[in-house]
Amino acid sequence: MPSSVSAKTEERAEDTAPVPVHPPAPARSLLRRWGSWASVAWFLVPALVLFLVFVLAPIVVAVYTGFFKWGGIGPMDDFVGFANYTKLFDDQVFLGDLGRGLYLIVLSITVQLPFALFTAVLLNQRLRGRAVYRMLFFAPYILSEVVTAVLFTMIFLPGDGMADHLVGLLGLEGLQGRWFADPSTVMPTLFVVMVWKYFGFHMMLFLAGLQGIPGEILEAASIDGAGAWQRFRHVTLPLLGPTIRISVFLSVIGSIQLFDLVWVMTAGGPNHSSETMAISMFQFGFKRYQVGYASAISVVLFMISLVFSLFYQRYVLRRDLSGAVTTGGGR
Amino acid sequence: MSARRTVRGLSLHAVIWLIGAFVVVPLVYAVISGFKSTGELTTNPFGLPEQWQTGNYAGILGDGMFWRQIANSAGIAIGTTFCTVAVAAMAAFVLARYAFRGRELFYTLFTIGLMFPFAVAVLPLFLMLRNFDLLDNPLGVILPQAAFGLPMTIIILRGFFRTIPAEIEEAAIVDGCGKFRFFWKILLPMARPALGTVSVLAIVTSWNNFFLPLLVFNDPKWQTIPVGVQQFQGQYSTDYALVLAYIVLAMVPALAFYAVAERQLIGGLTAGATKG
Repeated sequence: MPSSVSAKTEERAEDTAPVPVHPPAPARSLLRRWGSWASVAWFLVPALVLFLVFVLAPIVVAVYTGFFKWGGIGPMDDFVGFANYTKLFDDQVFLGDLGRGLYLIVLSITVQLPFALFTAVLLNQRLRGRAVYRMLFFAPYILSEVVTAVLFTMIFLPGDGMADHLVGLLGLEGLQGRWFADPSTVMPTLFVVMVWKYFGFHMMLFLAGLQGIPGEILEAASIDGAGAWQRFRHVTLPLLGPTIRISVFLSVIGSIQLFDLVWVMTAGGPNHSSETMAISMFQFGFKRYQVGYASAISVVLFMISLVFSLFYQRYVLRRDLSGAVTTGGGR
Repeated sequence: MSARRTVRGLSLHAVIWLIGAFVVVPLVYAVISGFKSTGELTTNPFGLPEQWQTGNYAGILGDGMFWRQIANSAGIAIGTTFCTVAVAAMAAFVLARYAFRGRELFYTLFTIGLMFPFAVAVLPLFLMLRNFDLLDNPLGVILPQAAFGLPMTIIILRGFFRTIPAEIEEAAIVDGCGKFRFFWKILLPMARPALGTVSVLAIVTSWNNFFLPLLVFNDPKWQTIPVGVQQFQGQYSTDYALVLAYIVLAMVPALAFYAVAERQLIGGLTAGATKG
């Protein structure tokens, strides 16, 4: 974000003065222009082809397929208009998907982000071994979702898992055997796994943001008599604004698109109680062969992500784009 | 004053250790459980093994399937990285350093790609790969992965290419260096740090990808580590200690890579996020 935006002004200058400066040769200029077009194309076309074929085309096809009733094989000729979409918004499981997405978003913002910020503030102090702690807390983020999911499947196994033994030691036998097995506990358990996997990443974003806050500002506040909490509340937090907004953005997008973790741990169960939009899409598309209906789900997923991204960038991130303090911190 | 400071320091450490325990206990539990028998997991869940049994780990390491999956994951990660970085670097070069009509349009097109969730494309992508006869073919995973990696890679590389002074290019041209040689012999070597960052990013993304290899590879001989882990869990679902040993071994390459490329990984992953 910072580079592409700060570059906007210098771009203008470059447009008028192309970088390769040749001595003027009017007679050859047409040829040169053609030569330069050809080489631009030579460099650009591989990326364009790859992108059009494997990213854009599938999405266009998904939109098209969403208007048909189609099993995935044979001709696609049963045009049904918006029937898949009207069916979708009558489908209790799909409406549940939306609710569960919202649930994870709310928990991520109210629990995971404050926790990550708290950890970042702790590790931003002078502290023995803080480099080791940072590295450790970030480690779950680089593990694959599947490995994480299988690990926690084992930990939350009814009867023999570590979690059951642990709550047994604490005298909370009522929790035993539930976790992923009980519709009322599956979402909170899933959220615990998400925090384990992703909080370190948000912590790193916040640490980068914190390092972008000039020490003199905090010192000045301290001289003016601000206590630790006041310094945090009135100096650090506002200056972290851009980082927090990006962190919120990534949490929302991640929660909407969640697939791997859920698929391996619960496959959406028990009885759809942990199903997400991507899981529903997968179930209909690859298990029940209702490809048209599954495409409609993926189009809705796409529209939600797109509308949210555009809206968020237009109204929330916009003010961060011009000369914010911490946007360069990520580098 | 100093007593207060000591107390504060101690409670600070206590809190960090608590968070550390949350992160580490599941991992340590897995490592230690791998040395137990499944029966002992029930009777002695938290203690050290009564007898350190290496059978679980040794059995997996002696099985060709595990190594096969590691090799598949590595090959696909290298192929994806090479493909993504080569193609993106070329595009980023002209998008950064040439003024031509439609340049910003092309750039915007690529950046919009960031908003396309993989889950949306996966169904038609699967049908397309089936038509191209790319199922059970590593290219069926490599090419889509590379395509979805392009937006981020192009954004990071274009940002870096812009920082290289125009004087260097002018000097090269005056010395008779063409565009292609400039790109290959001067720009790319100068961009080594940025190329390192995007490569590391591509390797990790590919290594951890699950959705696509799950769909594309039916034949077990092509399975990658994440797919293998899931299959293994399904196959030996009652032998908990063995499954835990398998995921511990599956973690080792990623953690080793993290230990080696820590700085670039953290830098790349966080920069990638803030630049999106």
